[in-house]
Amino acid sequence: MTPMNPPSKNGRKVGAALVVGGGIGGMQAALDFAAAGIKVFLAESGPCIGGVMAQLDKTFPTNDCAMCTMAPRLVEISRHKDIDILTLADVEKIEGEPGDFKVTVKLRPRYVDEEKCTGCGACAIACPLGKLKAPKEGESSKKPKPIPDEYNQGLSTRPAVYIPYPQAIPNCAVVDAEHCLHMSTGKCKLCQKACKADAIVFDQKEERVVLEVGAVLVAPGYELFDPRLKPEYGYGIHKNVITSIEFERILSASGPFLGKVQRPSDKAEPKRIAFIQCVGSRDHERDYCSAVCCMYATKEALLAKEHLSEHLECEVFFMDLRAFSKGFDEYYQRAKKLGVKYTRCRPAAVEEVPETKNLRITYLTEDERKAVKEFDLVVLSVGLRPAPSAQTLAQTFGLKLNPHGFCATEAFAPMDTGKPGVFVAGAFTEPKDIPETVIQASGAVARILELLPEAKGTLIEEKQYPPETDVAGQEPRVGVFVCHCGTNIASVVDVPKVVEYAKRLPNVVHAENVVYACANDSQEKIKKTIVEKKLNRVVVSACTPRTHEPLFRNSLQEAGLNAYLFEMANIRDQCSWVHMHEPEQATIKAKDLVRMAVSKARLLEPLKKKHVPVHKDVLVVGGGLSGLTAARSLAGQGFTVHLVEKEAELGGASRLLRYLLEGGLDPQRHLDDLISEVRSRLNIHVHTGASIASIAGFIGNFTTKLKTASGEEEIRHGAVIVATGAQEHRPEEYLYGKNPGVLTQRELEERLAQGSCKAKTVVMIQCVGSRDEKRPYCSRLCCGMAVKNALKLKALDPAANVYVLYRDVRTYGFRESFYTEARQKGVVFIRYDEDRKPEVAESDGKLSVRFVEPIVRQEAVLEADLVVLSAATVPPLENKELAQHLKVPLDQNGFFLEAHMKLRPVDFATDGVFLCGMAHYPKTMEESIAQAGAAAARAASVLANETMELEATLSEVVDENCDGCAYCVEPCPYKAVTLLEYKASDGAIKKIVEVNESACKGCGVCQATCPKKGIVVRGFRLDQIAAQSEAVLQEQASPETPEPAQQPVGAGEGV
Amino acid sequence: MSEAAVAETAQTDIQNPDPRIIAFCCNWCSYTGADLAGTSRLQYPPNARIVRVMCSGMVHPNLVIDALTKGADGVLICGCHPGDCHYIDGNCKAEKRAEAIRLMLEDFGLEQERFRLEWVSASEGPRFAQVMTEMTEAVKRLPPSPYKVG
Repeated sequence: MTPMNPPSKNGRKVGAALVVGGGIGGMQAALDFAAAGIKVFLAESGPCIGGVMAQLDKTFPTNDCAMCTMAPRLVEISRHKDIDILTLADVEKIEGEPGDFKVTVKLRPRYVDEEKCTGCGACAIACPLGKLKAPKEGESSKKPKPIPDEYNQGLSTRPAVYIPYPQAIPNCAVVDAEHCLHMSTGKCKLCQKACKADAIVFDQKEERVVLEVGAVLVAPGYELFDPRLKPEYGYGIHKNVITSIEFERILSASGPFLGKVQRPSDKAEPKRIAFIQCVGSRDHERDYCSAVCCMYATKEALLAKEHLSEHLECEVFFMDLRAFSKGFDEYYQRAKKLGVKYTRCRPAAVEEVPETKNLRITYLTEDERKAVKEFDLVVLSVGLRPAPSAQTLAQTFGLKLNPHGFCATEAFAPMDTGKPGVFVAGAFTEPKDIPETVIQASGAVARILELLPEAKGTLIEEKQYPPETDVAGQEPRVGVFVCHCGTNIASVVDVPKVVEYAKRLPNVVHAENVVYACANDSQEKIKKTIVEKKLNRVVVSACTPRTHEPLFRNSLQEAGLNAYLFEMANIRDQCSWVHMHEPEQATIKAKDLVRMAVSKARLLEPLKKKHVPVHKDVLVVGGGLSGLTAARSLAGQGFTVHLVEKEAELGGASRLLRYLLEGGLDPQRHLDDLISEVRSRLNIHVHTGASIASIAGFIGNFTTKLKTASGEEEIRHGAVIVATGAQEHRPEEYLYGKNPGVLTQRELEERLAQGSCKAKTVVMIQCVGSRDEKRPYCSRLCCGMAVKNALKLKALDPAANVYVLYRDVRTYGFRESFYTEARQKGVVFIRYDEDRKPEVAESDGKLSVRFVEPIVRQEAVLEADLVVLSAATVPPLENKELAQHLKVPLDQNGFFLEAHMKLRPVDFATDGVFLCGMAHYPKTMEESIAQAGAAAARAASVLANETMELEATLSEVVDENCDGCAYCVEPCPYKAVTLLEYKASDGAIKKIVEVNESACKGCGVCQATCPKKGIVVRGFRLDQIAAQSEAVLQEQASPETPEPAQQPVGAGEGV
Repeated sequence: MSEAAVAETAQTDIQNPDPRIIAFCCNWCSYTGADLAGTSRLQYPPNARIVRVMCSGMVHPNLVIDALTKGADGVLICGCHPGDCHYIDGNCKAEKRAEAIRLMLEDFGLEQERFRLEWVSASEGPRFAQVMTEMTEAVKRLPPSPYKVG
């Protein structure tokens, strides 16, 4: 056993962290740690990272493609010098103290050498088990059975040596020892023969490593409920009853049926699909809500209609539609408009019609009549269960599990465990969706950064490169390397002919073939050739630049050449693999692609990444729970914080919270402790009674003017956190403000806390000011608050009559058990329809509530001592002004709009600006605390660096061409282009645009708008792109004789 | 019509059996979708040459018109689906430009079928292959580019 990194330099705090679990939460944490200067070990128990998100087709509520948003992150992690990925890894033991742990990790054998494997997949094609056919029904066969493909949930099969999914990281094969023929018989070895990289190692042994880390983040995720445990739904018996994740794969273009919606029994297109909700959630054994199923079923129904036709019948059988987060209720309403039918019931049974394999669902309608309906396909919305490894991890790390088997945490420290130095995130603590998971992961990173402030950067090593050769003014000397990729390219494309062709292209001074361009020996060869042949441009003709460009650029740098003097020709993924049966055409195309790459390479110029200094201070706007939490975290990490609050006092809306649904903890005590800590911190400057007059600048360099009672103040800072909160809406209906017996939930809470509530009958009305035309969103908090206050009323007086008039009870996650408890204690929940709202009347000072009883559909009246309104949570009007100062958007409801709803829930599209708490959406204290931590971690990723490295491939103004027409200013998505006026030497007023490189992302919208070639993107200049398309149109290369036909170009030509 | 007759009609429709097509593909979605078509070994006609750009919104209309007037038989721009753009809404800008490009085609005496704007996501390998096949087939039914040299 060998330690994988040296002991920490100060002997006490190790600047590294272990992340257990390579799902989307673990991935987020790894990137945040690395950005903040902490070395990361990312340990995943499976053969690759990515988790469940990698299996999703699209994500709610925007129907964004999951892989599109995720793939760049996978690549970034795989290439990150400060992230070590350990796969097939199980944590065995942890010793030591917070700040200085030793963690023993067992690495199960992959039977593939990760260093040698190029991910070409030749082994998988060679494996005979990949070609097995399933035995026909009734046929008894002793032959080996096909192996179900886990990625497609067993709806397709895979070989015994395989890459789990096309974008898998590490992009490396794995041998499934349980099924492999060689492992059981000692024969076969066909994969080993097929592997030209010599990467298959059948005698690989289990290993153990000891990692030295300062802290651990445990994020193992969840597993899905096994619906076989509910035999009444017939899963595993009836072929056309499938789970939601199976349907997700069916919907996916990369799934078992290539995105064609077919049912398993006969591959027929279904005409009627039923979704059954709460399978393995909200029942006796699992008294919690899985929180994601209502939305994923809605998404799957919408996507199925999109795939097949708008006439496809989709019916969702549900109990309460829990669309409780940002954009969810609007999504649900849209689904209803598009014809998805929602039927409120819990189906009793699913039976198969033997002749057609259709399915009959038996259920009770809302008015308690028995009904039967037939469908072609039934999708079970299976719930979330604790991670399979939860028990083991709890034992290893000394974590407590709650009665449901998830990791127990506490509301005011949602990512802390009982064990110091060990933190948790994601669905391990409670069922939750992707953004909540990503938020908790970043939040946990913040907690760890607070623990290790002095260790930051101690284990991060700067990579040293030799000095760069100056190529300015040199004639291009292009070297071309054509990769065989084992047989992946060479079995289709005639590689030697491509090499011969390349040799005759203009400015090409060297061309050769390599078996695997990405292998270590080839890298050395490329570096050596650069030096020997004085190459100043390199073209590698191989696979895709998306994954391999960074590797080759690194080799250029190691050979003293600027990284940007490199171009790739994709002759595998976009040539040999897609024209497998047309070798001649593929060879012609490969030559063309090489010619195109060489044409562009000749025009490449060395590029430098600019560095801009970073101001280490941070501005936090809003002194409520979220702002205070973010401020405390950043101060704890060693940064100076300016906390701005418009009121005279800190505390915000949380000042009104007197107790929690979960009981126990006192919110006011937590808030008081937090405020006194913030007040006492020397590196937090509190500005109360202050407002923002202006904010200028960009990431790393903001200047803000504050208006305070004592005048104006100017602050310079590198990042901004928006934590402006939200407040309870003042209702205008239901006699609120007219009768003293009509209260809001917060007002009731105050009375209950003071013990001054003496009511025999209380009627609560939900969704007051939410989920209507004016405010289409769900306020998320109110269902939990109503249950909380109802339970409190019952605790004070068990004989009290408490009625809750609701539309859907949205007690998501563990809140569900309190809803159950409330019903058990006699709280009566009665549903009302949106179009038949309750009416509150007063007669002789007595209040009464009239409503329609939903089962008998008759009007009923309740006499009430108190009517309690669950009023909407609304954003402050001042958000608009702040949004303008920061140039960030608000959503249609007036909350701040994040950069990406799934993967960037605390970032704005504008770099260096972050958001948290109720400025984002209504949320509980626990959720606000997590998000405040997340914002602190994200801000730390900016502030941790002395300077910030900008991309090299950004926009650049060509001074002599730009005439200041400003066509490019408005289209820039990042407001990075501005118009300048200046006085020329002859006294005339001239105009020109200017690019703020700190804001520019290099998308090139400006370049495509400019009529005069006055603004270009470096590395993707108009002339460089045009050179490629012109190369296509030059006389077609014949497969035999090379016919290069270009005039040499000087290096400086172009811009 | 019998299958053979359909095939014959399809054959006789072909005016340009080996067209040259240039496809500008955005790095984040469509180029990735093209790679996925490869990893999934989906076969499509070998006529198109892909030029990688960072965003479909980066493609200047002149690039399209120049390619077509220098002899390309067809030009394709592929970007992220609306809402998926890596750069907020670069693809929407590409869509607006596409309208202008379509107008210009007429001025140059070119058929509308020679230019297409398509959305292909990173997970739509099959869709990429399908777009390539459709585009190639459509262009094959046109005469060779009137601007083709030689």
